[in-house]
Amino acid sequence: MSARRIFARPARFAAIAPYVWMVLFFLVPFGFVLKISLSQTAIAQPPYTPVFDVAEGRAALAAAFAQLSFDNFRLLLSDNLYILSYLRSLVVAVSATLILLVIGYPIAYGMARLPRRWQGVAMMLVIVPFWTSFLIRIYAWINILQHDGLLNQILLALHIVSAPLVWLSTDSAMYLGIVYSYLPFMILPLYATLSRMDASLLEAANDLGASPLKAFWLVTFPLSLPGVGAGALLCFIPIVGEFVIPDLLAGSGSLMIGQTLWLEFFTNKDWPVASAAAVALLLLLVPPLVLYDRLQRRQLAGRN
Amino acid sequence: MARPVTSITRFNMTALALGLAFLYLPIVILVIYSFNASRLVTVWGGWSLRWYQEFFNDRAMLEAAWMSLSVAAVSATLATLLGTLAAIGLARGERFHGRALFSGMLYSPLVMPEVISGLSLLLMFVAFSIERGFWTVTIAHTTLTMCFVTVVVQSRLVTLDRSLEEAAMDLGCDPVRAFLLVTLPQIAPAIVAGWMLAFVLSLDDVVIASFTTGPGSATLPIRIYSEVRLGVKPEINAICTLVIALIAVIIVVASFASKLSNARGENAAPL
Repeated sequence: MSARRIFARPARFAAIAPYVWMVLFFLVPFGFVLKISLSQTAIAQPPYTPVFDVAEGRAALAAAFAQLSFDNFRLLLSDNLYILSYLRSLVVAVSATLILLVIGYPIAYGMARLPRRWQGVAMMLVIVPFWTSFLIRIYAWINILQHDGLLNQILLALHIVSAPLVWLSTDSAMYLGIVYSYLPFMILPLYATLSRMDASLLEAANDLGASPLKAFWLVTFPLSLPGVGAGALLCFIPIVGEFVIPDLLAGSGSLMIGQTLWLEFFTNKDWPVASAAAVALLLLLVPPLVLYDRLQRRQLAGRN
Repeated sequence: MARPVTSITRFNMTALALGLAFLYLPIVILVIYSFNASRLVTVWGGWSLRWYQEFFNDRAMLEAAWMSLSVAAVSATLATLLGTLAAIGLARGERFHGRALFSGMLYSPLVMPEVISGLSLLLMFVAFSIERGFWTVTIAHTTLTMCFVTVVVQSRLVTLDRSLEEAAMDLGCDPVRAFLLVTLPQIAPAIVAGWMLAFVLSLDDVVIASFTTGPGSATLPIRIYSEVRLGVKPEINAICTLVIALIAVIIVVASFASKLSNARGENAAPL
């Protein structure tokens, strides 16, 4: 026990450098987002008027606080464009997460029921695409989905359609891209809970007269709920802020909030509004983030 | 002792096979078409290395590839150093002030939308009038990827048998020596896997790099991205295949490393 305590001090010492790094490059930058979301747009470089300057001292600070500008947030609330893109992000993230769950569950289930020595191989096969560049995987789908791409060629050759269909720049293409990119994130937590399940529980259900389907609904599925929760949150949170997939695969008709933020920042050069959108997006993500953290902690506690 | 369930039914196997086909087919098709001689991406004109030649003559693309590889190498190294230190602090530091904040900062970038991380770092760089380019992208990537390294190394440290460390200290090693001689060799495979994951993630990123890079220093994914927006080009197929080949080599090395770490103890890092 004492050896552990002696070990703990240098270990804490080791944490100083990464601690300082994360405060400097993760926490402090959020302060700037918050600050700029409260300042006014200006045609300048950088394109905003600072609301306050710490160098000017206390008096300036007090004066600045008196005229903090919530205009950007008011704009977010009053302009339909922003509200619609928030709603669209939520709708897309919820539907994509549900689709992922429906597709990912049988795959994770199949993996968890394999003999032990094959499970490692199957897990490796699911993880490898996660390592392969995400941009390249989306691009691979553009190859297939384009007007004279493989999918239309196959459909035409099989006489299923008589003229090539439009796949790119549609919501279906976007959902396909999202599901394709996030599938490993859904499968792995599901697999983790499903593979830990005790066979005797199912045998007991069987002995007591439950059909396999009933045993699944009454025993397996409820026991896998922590994995369902972890997988769903692991997909939902980043999908809400997704930019690349909707930008490349969906039409330009309606935007997700990540795209709106990008547009405000890069095209309209409206940094304060982009920052306000980031703050609002962050607020939207706090509840699922907290939930995810709690779920992780409970699972860690359960394992020890 | 919980007994695992094993059942190979037609349903299970079909689900698994379809799932894996879905994951791999698009990549296989992309690789095959990169060797297509025809300029039309969809017409098969025989095997050819034409588009690879085109890439090796494309100065702008090559410069972007070089920029990406150097950012990935430097940021992965920094991230591995910092991420390993963070993992040691979390796995061995017991309780300390600010521990919750520390682990919160390390875990949230794993799921944080990249537009937010990118925007916030950029605003800070601009506020301090730091010139954007190689180093700003490297800092941004280090910040993101060190969190992944922390997760990988920490999960290895947590499953490690601590009695070896304690025995070394009972035999008169100070903690730092005990760590270097006993713990470090055991977590080395996880550290290697962490470095490779950090390298791959950095090589892959478009969004954060777009925010934090400056004019004239585009990374490869930024160039690919702007080309892809304009449509499919055979040269991009060739570049993507090269990136996939590089990543495949990395995966083989990483899986070898994790096999080593599996052999030394159960439950290696999940990634």
